[in-house]
Amino acid sequence: MKATDDAQHRGPATIPWLRAELLEGRMETRTARSLVFDVPGWAGHHAGQHVDVKLTSEDGYSAQRSYSIASASASGQLELTVQVVSHGELSPYLVEVMSPGDELELRGPIGGWFRWTEEFTEPVLLVGGGSGIVPLMAILRERIRTGSTAPVHFICVARTPDHVFYTNELHSVDQSHADVLVDRLYTRSGLADDARAAGRLNLHDLPPPSSGDTGITRAYVCGPTGFVESAADLLLGRGHPPTAIRTERFGPTGG
Amino acid sequence: MAVISRGFEGRRTPPDPRIPPGQYLTEDFPVLSAGPTPQIETSDWALDITDVDGSRTALSWHQLMDLPSEQFTVDIHCVTKWTKLGTVWRGVPVETLLGGTQSDAEYALIHSYGGYTTNLPIDDLVLGDAWVVFEYDGAALAPTHGGPARLLVPHLYLWKSAKWINGIELRRHDQPGFWESLGYHAYGDPWREQRYEGD
Repeated sequence: MKATDDAQHRGPATIPWLRAELLEGRMETRTARSLVFDVPGWAGHHAGQHVDVKLTSEDGYSAQRSYSIASASASGQLELTVQVVSHGELSPYLVEVMSPGDELELRGPIGGWFRWTEEFTEPVLLVGGGSGIVPLMAILRERIRTGSTAPVHFICVARTPDHVFYTNELHSVDQSHADVLVDRLYTRSGLADDARAAGRLNLHDLPPPSSGDTGITRAYVCGPTGFVESAADLLLGRGHPPTAIRTERFGPTGG
Repeated sequence: MAVISRGFEGRRTPPDPRIPPGQYLTEDFPVLSAGPTPQIETSDWALDITDVDGSRTALSWHQLMDLPSEQFTVDIHCVTKWTKLGTVWRGVPVETLLGGTQSDAEYALIHSYGGYTTNLPIDDLVLGDAWVVFEYDGAALAPTHGGPARLLVPHLYLWKSAKWINGIELRRHDQPGFWESLGYHAYGDPWREQRYEGD
């Protein structure tokens, strides 16, 4: 009995720091890089969650930041996509310096609210601005990995086509899955044959919530604060109930 | 045995005793919340205070404004790792709001417009520094930062400082709030890096 008592008093275990080795990196844009890590002991995650990353220099100085996971759940491996932040501390290293074989520490997964699993069968609306697309890509990838039939509408908002992450993958998913719709919207300048003029996200860019047997649309919005505020307000204006809108905001500083 | 990230040097600002472990300094004021920002008119605003015996009092915006408020300067620490130094606020101490009501309460569950909740020991609200604030940097508190009024408990991570506060539920027993039910620490002391459950 004593062991049980001890276990109860000890409470939940601390989320451990894990050693992660960079397997490969690829540039998504001129300033953003996807990094695939081998992480022994990583048990998988829910799409939308993030990790805390710790970098330590040779003389023992260390710094931490949080990054969204870009990949679908997998044990022993995960992918981050990191955007360089000007005057940032960790992001310039992760994007420009870190090489395959280099290591860092991470712990997680963190975050129980902004997440999606295949248990959720309602239609999914993903609205991402800039690097806010990262945790939404994890949701799309998890939806495809699990074979869920939840319809997905993914709205990616970027300054120009050169600023869109995962371009080829988004195109091929859009083409090959009838119940996945990907819209790429540009705020500054788009492609010559775009039907939509470049400009900020507006009410007409967003669908109303689904109704009926499929359940209320689950909306996930991620991006810089101004984008998230505006997109969430537009969704409310479109009739989405506030309780069905999950938001995650990137501050202007960080990384 | 520490894991070294080869080639990482860092920004190397001199250590600042005002910045808790694992945090970094920001000059901006990032915004974090789980859903859309509620828009609440002060004419509609009310703060419900519920005691352990179920008795309730409601405080209107006018009543809040009539209470003695104070301007103060504190450092704030978000669990997402940013720390902002020297932030200036105006608000009413929670101790003043609770007056004589904190009978047998050991804990409080804070409620917000939009359904957010967070839990704290009562001592952190009435003995430590804790306010319901309605001004930031000399101006009315913006909705994105929790306006018209939010809780501010600067000695704990900022998720405890509930935005859009509309209720203080006094309790004999602790009950986890929104983030505390989703893997975050029950108490959240930044100086002990109590970010997540088990820290």
